[in-house]
Amino acid sequence: MKHYRADFHIHTVLSPCASLDMSPINIINKAKEKKIDIIGITDHNSTKQCRITKEIGEKNGIYVVCGAEITTKEEIHCLTFFEDLSRLDDFQKFIDEIQPNIKNDVQRFGYQLIVDEAENVLEEEDISLFSALNVSIDELADVVHNLGGLFIPAHIDRQRFSLISQLGFVPFDIDADAFEISKNTSREKMIEQFPYLEKFSFINNSDSHFLDTVGETFNLLQLEEINFKSISYALKKLNN
Amino acid sequence: MLVKDIVNKLNLTVFSGKDGLNKEVNNAYVSDLLSDVMGNAEKDSIWITLQTHKNIMAIASLKELSAVILVKGLKPAEDTAQQSNTEGIPILGTDKNTFEIAGELYNLLTK
Repeated sequence: MKHYRADFHIHTVLSPCASLDMSPINIINKAKEKKIDIIGITDHNSTKQCRITKEIGEKNGIYVVCGAEITTKEEIHCLTFFEDLSRLDDFQKFIDEIQPNIKNDVQRFGYQLIVDEAENVLEEEDISLFSALNVSIDELADVVHNLGGLFIPAHIDRQRFSLISQLGFVPFDIDADAFEISKNTSREKMIEQFPYLEKFSFINNSDSHFLDTVGETFNLLQLEEINFKSISYALKKLNN
Repeated sequence: MLVKDIVNKLNLTVFSGKDGLNKEVNNAYVSDLLSDVMGNAEKDSIWITLQTHKNIMAIASLKELSAVILVKGLKPAEDTAQQSNTEGIPILGTDKNTFEIAGELYNLLTK
């Protein structure tokens, strides 16, 4: 068993709010520099930058977990991850069906770009990735799990776009694989507030929108080898 | 004023929680952030929201609210309606948006 460092929450230039230097190659290089082994690519409501980042990661010895940060209809941000690109594509089809057709306002929200390894712009996403998708948090958990994926409500202690800000408290029966918390709280504090969360894992990630913060926060996973199954297993066991 | 009077005057749908139609209503609160409602809604208020998750009933019960009004033709999730029946706190509905129904309710409760 070896310890690996994992930062599961990183935005790329595809997210309107992310800095323009968040290209796949820059993110991978920064992860290497910070000695991070595993990164999660989680753009808002899109998986479309994952494939390229994963390819670049493979060349550079960084394992990329592909997914997205979904905004549910309650405006709760949730991290989702999938085992392979075919399931990722199935999930993208699901997103496409429930995404409201609102155009991105580049001036106000920023660019939404898909770029290649050399940072050439391949595509500009013109649908706003900022709006909520027409799916409830419970429905999203089901869809993700039916695709064998991981479902992790993001930064649940935050004042906005979080499970607790939107729904007041963590629902007793939520089907989560883990919860992400910010640096402002701790597992102990969360369990003091919600004792029924004791059986869950809590993870800390950088939620990077800027290069400087990539890998600044990470989780230590004990793995036999790096693959999606062992990562999900270790992630769910972080509570012990 | 009672919940049932408001149902009649504003022509609201009653989805669930019929046992609570005789509850007294003294005030109203409008918000879609449940953490905000938990912190700021007053007892015996009617709550106008677009959230349909089951947690709205837990908050309504905790804050001793009289009823919940869902706007824009939204319907409660199945487990939300069940919880409303258990708690005896009605979930009501309107096709109007929040601005319109809040305005009508404001007139009703303050005149």
